[in-house]
Amino acid sequence: MLKIQNLSCGYDTIFSFGQQKNLEFVLQDINLTVEKGQIFGIIGPNGAGKTTLLKAISRILKPKKGKILLDGKDIWQMSFRGLAKKIALVPQTFNSIDMTVEEFVLLGRIPHIKKFQFLESKEDLKVAQNCIKLTEIWELKDQLISNISGGERQLALIAKALTQQPRLLLLDEPSLHLDIAHQVKILDLIKRLNEEFKLTVVMVLHDLNLASEYCEKLVLLNEGKVYQVGTPKEILNSHIIKEVYKTEVLVEENPFSSKPYILLVSQKREVSNEKRVNSDLYGRW
Amino acid sequence: MRNKLIYWLIWIFVLVIILLCVSIFSLCVGSASISFKKIFSLILEGKYTTEYAIIFNIRLPRIILGFAIGGALSLAGVILQGMFRNPLVEPYTLGISGGAALGVCLNIILKLNSIIGILSIPFSGFLGAILVIILVYFLSLRKGVLRIQGLLLIGVMISFIASSLIMLLMAISEIEDFHGIIFWIMGSLEEPNWILIKLVLSLSILGLVTSYFFCFDLNALSLGEEEALHLGINVERTKKFLFLLASLLTGFSVSVAGIIGFVGLVVPHFMRMFVGQDHRILLISSFLGGASFLILSDTIARTIISPLELPVGVITGIIGGSIFIYALTKKDFILGR
Repeated sequence: MLKIQNLSCGYDTIFSFGQQKNLEFVLQDINLTVEKGQIFGIIGPNGAGKTTLLKAISRILKPKKGKILLDGKDIWQMSFRGLAKKIALVPQTFNSIDMTVEEFVLLGRIPHIKKFQFLESKEDLKVAQNCIKLTEIWELKDQLISNISGGERQLALIAKALTQQPRLLLLDEPSLHLDIAHQVKILDLIKRLNEEFKLTVVMVLHDLNLASEYCEKLVLLNEGKVYQVGTPKEILNSHIIKEVYKTEVLVEENPFSSKPYILLVSQKREVSNEKRVNSDLYGRW
Repeated sequence: MRNKLIYWLIWIFVLVIILLCVSIFSLCVGSASISFKKIFSLILEGKYTTEYAIIFNIRLPRIILGFAIGGALSLAGVILQGMFRNPLVEPYTLGISGGAALGVCLNIILKLNSIIGILSIPFSGFLGAILVIILVYFLSLRKGVLRIQGLLLIGVMISFIASSLIMLLMAISEIEDFHGIIFWIMGSLEEPNWILIKLVLSLSILGLVTSYFFCFDLNALSLGEEEALHLGINVERTKKFLFLLASLLTGFSVSVAGIIGFVGLVVPHFMRMFVGQDHRILLISSFLGGASFLILSDTIARTIISPLELPVGVITGIIGGSIFIYALTKKDFILGR
């Protein structure tokens, strides 16, 4: 479905006075394949290039090298509308405006609006209402988007993306700033969409436990390169995490799903174990 | 969808009725007041009378010009506010008015108008506006990307530079030129040339029609540029086109009528309060609202201390500003929220 070949991406510095021409790439030589119907997770430490990768896939950022192919076609060869009918992105944040939830979700129909069509058709309305029902925000549809809670807003964003009727859904940290109830609700919804509608999902996740629970395949990015691609079991072990995140963790098995479960280990405990060794150092002060 | 369309049509109907009432009021009142009933009989049989001349040669041109320019300025305001996602942007923020004023200033001081003819004043104003548009456009273009924030800052700076240059020119000008410049800058709808009026009217309506090709793009842009891109909008092309459209609308309005402030800032806000964020209704309602507002302001400006006439910009500022502040403080009440 989605194939990324030798992708290198970088941001231009705004004030480039000649000497900064040899810019460093944020992403270097990425090769990835996302199969149809997969839930694909992008994980990695801050600054590893997760969001940049998502921006490249959604055509906001032009690659410096390499190609991104969607169903065998280069996304930069496709029309803007054509791409928007195939890929939808759920961003982290958005500018809140005075609009009801329903009006907001209907904006997702814009790529499907034909030339010289002035009003949304009955079908457009039906699709939008189905998506509102699917995301369980039907009772909020006449409320202003600026007045609903963060979790509900995330659901509205997903509903808008679904209204585009995409084949590939991209999500940028859908669980960010949400309580555990909403985290589970949103990720369960994504799982359900994936199972019922065979929607391919690519999402950036910070929370390794959520990534482990919900993604079939993960890519671990580190310093702009692919560190490893594989199933959660292959990737989430304490060695790899220590190497990439420079953090000591304990990996157990989740008794319900038998997926890896990551327990954080406070650094203070380690210090107390090594206290005797270090006491000389502190003693000198 | 049907409900929304009906709701919109009702708004358009109401605004057209307001526009008609204001226009008729404007035809009737003045230093020689003509009653509403008499207007019809004048149209039918009263040719060659003074009253006929007053209506068709003095009042009607002003109303048509007010319609065209009020509409064009408000439309430019809606487009720019939608595009910049900034409620403080107005057509004059981009420095276009400054450029036009500078052009007219130079024209008056160099006495080109007495050599080439009176039409050279709007022409030089338009030339100044076009030069500023080109300057702002290319200065904020980087690698094919029109940087919105840069555009705004460069526009504001060019406004400052232009107004300083105008002050410099005024300081060294002779007294009658000085008056000419001041009167032009304050803005007026008095324009004896019918061809120019027809030109402005058709351009302004053309602008309205063209803007409707971008109503969905504007709706998408109100979420932000990246979001609009995700919705399949060719953001760069749309931004460039909308900037040029709004600039041209502003440019020819300013070059014909001078700097009439506030219409492009207040009317779009006011309309947004009533009809909502959707540009499909916002564009037309701002156009109609702006037209009514300017015609009404102009009528007040020429009658309130008649036979003397106030600059119309004074009225738009005072009325527009105070109604707007009032509406803003009573917003919850008006909208019933």
